[in-house]
Amino acid sequence: MSDAYKIVAKITQKQIVDGLQQNTRLDGRGLLEYRPITTELGLIEKASGSALVSIGKTKILTGVKIETGEPYPDRPDEGVLTVNAELIPLAAPDYEPGPPGEDAIELARVVDRGLRESKAVDLKKLCIVPGKQVFVIFVDLNVLDHRGNLFDASALASVLALMNAEMQAYTVTKGGELKYRDSTVRLPLQNFPVEVTVAKIGDKMVVDTSLEEETVIDAQITIAIGKDDEVCAVQKSLFGTFSQEEIHQALEIAVEKATEIRAKVLRGVGGWLDGSE
Amino acid sequence: MAKKAASEKLIRKGVRTDGRKPTELRNIRIDVGPLERADGSAYIEWGKNKILVAVYGPREVHPRHLARPDRAFFRCRYHMAPFSTAERKRPAPSRREIELSKVTRVALEPAIITELFPRTGIDVFIEVLQSDGGTRCAGITASSIALADAGVPMRDLVVACAAGKIDGQIVLDLNEIEDQDGEADVPVAIMPRTGGISLLQMDGILSPAEFKEALALALDGCKQVYERQKDALKGAYGQADTSMDEEGDSVGGDTHE
Repeated sequence: MSDAYKIVAKITQKQIVDGLQQNTRLDGRGLLEYRPITTELGLIEKASGSALVSIGKTKILTGVKIETGEPYPDRPDEGVLTVNAELIPLAAPDYEPGPPGEDAIELARVVDRGLRESKAVDLKKLCIVPGKQVFVIFVDLNVLDHRGNLFDASALASVLALMNAEMQAYTVTKGGELKYRDSTVRLPLQNFPVEVTVAKIGDKMVVDTSLEEETVIDAQITIAIGKDDEVCAVQKSLFGTFSQEEIHQALEIAVEKATEIRAKVLRGVGGWLDGSE
Repeated sequence: MAKKAASEKLIRKGVRTDGRKPTELRNIRIDVGPLERADGSAYIEWGKNKILVAVYGPREVHPRHLARPDRAFFRCRYHMAPFSTAERKRPAPSRREIELSKVTRVALEPAIITELFPRTGIDVFIEVLQSDGGTRCAGITASSIALADAGVPMRDLVVACAAGKIDGQIVLDLNEIEDQDGEADVPVAIMPRTGGISLLQMDGILSPAEFKEALALALDGCKQVYERQKDALKGAYGQADTSMDEEGDSVGGDTHE
């Protein structure tokens, strides 16, 4: 990401790097240990679903809105899922107002890919009239406080907001008209991806980097893992390189951490993943 | 896992839609320095992909505040011409193009010795004239040739190639149909002398074992493409090994641009 926020004392950076050589981190965590993850669901009543996720002091708020619209021409019988990310200026001193920049777009697309490729939402079930009208699910994520590891926190907030979401039940008349009913239903979800970002600092692999640690990362890779441990999206970001062996190592870490987070944070939300499906 | 509607098979009797074997690359032709005004340039044909790359710099940076006191400011722009795709692509940069510009920059920058040119800017402009799947890999491969053509000092070339999964099988270098109807795509870029991976993306669904297999196959593809890069540079600047020269000529076929 941009250079502007890399205002961390050289001595702190040195402490981080030296500490990792002894397998310790400045905040006392293990190398493969996340900061505490807390979630608050449904706090935006006007959204169909919402989730506020904190990983340590990093805070992401995601809202889900559902509208009707036209399908993509090449997928006439599928609903539409779109993910948008805003790095709003209240979240960090170097964020500026304006249309999403490169970092926000990358963030949105990495979260989008995790949801889309894992087929988290069964889009075929969101078709109203093929080729004409489908449901469009907007997942809008706002970074509220940037204290490191935006990818994992954003992906988590987005999948939680979808799990939290309800849409109005509906029927389609023979004439192809949409009629809403008085009840609500859950979204047609079928996968629950968790994104884990593994960073390389020196020769050490760590997860959930803090803002200070992010100033000394050599290379990082974000891996989205679905509920059957399948890999559904990968994005290497930041400068620097990995060896093939290091990628294998990162993959193992990602599978382990994703399973852990899914069990601890996602299970039971909105009645999903309670072991019954 | 959702299976594709079993209408059209992507592999029939071990042969892919464009006649290739599963681990076979498409034809690759690289021209060094086709552009007059640019400081360095390259043109690559990779299957039906046709991509031009221009490098400007090291030169003054605009806007000036982007200049770095300790190194060159390195920028990439990946852009698709409106006529490069089946449906006309709107000329304004899409979210995809903005992301690909970023990952291309990240893939190339580790190779460039930017610290030799403080306060300057180096720009890479990638224009996709025709796309047929795998444009980011072709663009990165051509960019490092254009950078070499511009005389920008580099630690290594950067070479890219993708692997993926179609019809349940891990294959090399997906074309557009395979990318759209296949199960996964894994583009990879490396600096071949050290083997350092500077780009790695993936979309689709793969088991961890399949992912490792695809990564290994893509790395193997990178090594093959690296040979084409070296041949192109030798052909332009050095006394190329004549046996290689002949081989290189037969690869491109059509020399008309």
